[in-house]
Amino acid sequence: MECLTTYLILGALLFCIGIYGILQHSTLIGMLIATELMLNGAAINFMAFNMFLSKNPASGQIFTLFIMGVAAAEAAVALSIIITVYRNFKTINADSVSELKG
Amino acid sequence: MTTTISDLIPPIMVAQAAFALMIVFTLSGAFLAVIPKKIVHNILGLCLAMFGITGVYLYLGSQFVAMMQLLIYVGAICMTYIFAIMLSPPLEKELPKRNKLKVITSAAVSSVVFIVMVKMIMSLKFEPLTDITRDWSIKALGHELLGRYFLVFELISLLLAIAIIGSIMVASFVRKKD
Repeated sequence: MECLTTYLILGALLFCIGIYGILQHSTLIGMLIATELMLNGAAINFMAFNMFLSKNPASGQIFTLFIMGVAAAEAAVALSIIITVYRNFKTINADSVSELKG
Repeated sequence: MTTTISDLIPPIMVAQAAFALMIVFTLSGAFLAVIPKKIVHNILGLCLAMFGITGVYLYLGSQFVAMMQLLIYVGAICMTYIFAIMLSPPLEKELPKRNKLKVITSAAVSSVVFIVMVKMIMSLKFEPLTDITRDWSIKALGHELLGRYFLVFELISLLLAIAIIGSIMVASFVRKKD
């Protein structure tokens, strides 16, 4: 609880669960959810280093807030792209949306 | 003399139990977010994981970021996902069969990455700073946000505006396929 390594390992574990989810999920929304997990693993690292090692206690929090903003923008754009893909292909399975494959 | 509840159970033990509970929430939510096939279950798992991360942020000393996490992730992003699912197909009809080789490969890749990361974390020795200023107030955060990081702050708001306009454009004007 009072040790930096706990938080770093928690962040790494979230990041790796995210990698697993991206690789094994077959639908696009599932991949997006796994991306959110990876972003949060990175944000936990920022907050932990901010708490234990930083001289300026505001900078890590500000970086975490920026990560949240970028994640919100990414979710909006990706969900609209997924809705468009569903309209055009009638599926959100990532393997069957392969029109650009040569 | 009255006995309060803090005499029976020491507060540090309560704090540790709550921390363990938050870790359990985070990890079980994260596994729930990637393993089940139905997307609604995945999104509920994401909500649970974000709730747990809110508690972890509280232990890291920042109430403001914790509240923002709760508002943005649980309140906004999960709701957006649920809306997007409601606008897209009924997924229960066509659950795709899971490719076993893909699952095994991705589990191997992620566990290898995790082992490498843990080895790296363990091999580093971080010297704890002794003269850390503990000014966690929202006031200090606001001064920093509108002083040193002002340009990034403005760029984030511009990015959000452009992203929302762009997503409306992408979702509403669809080219007809011929």
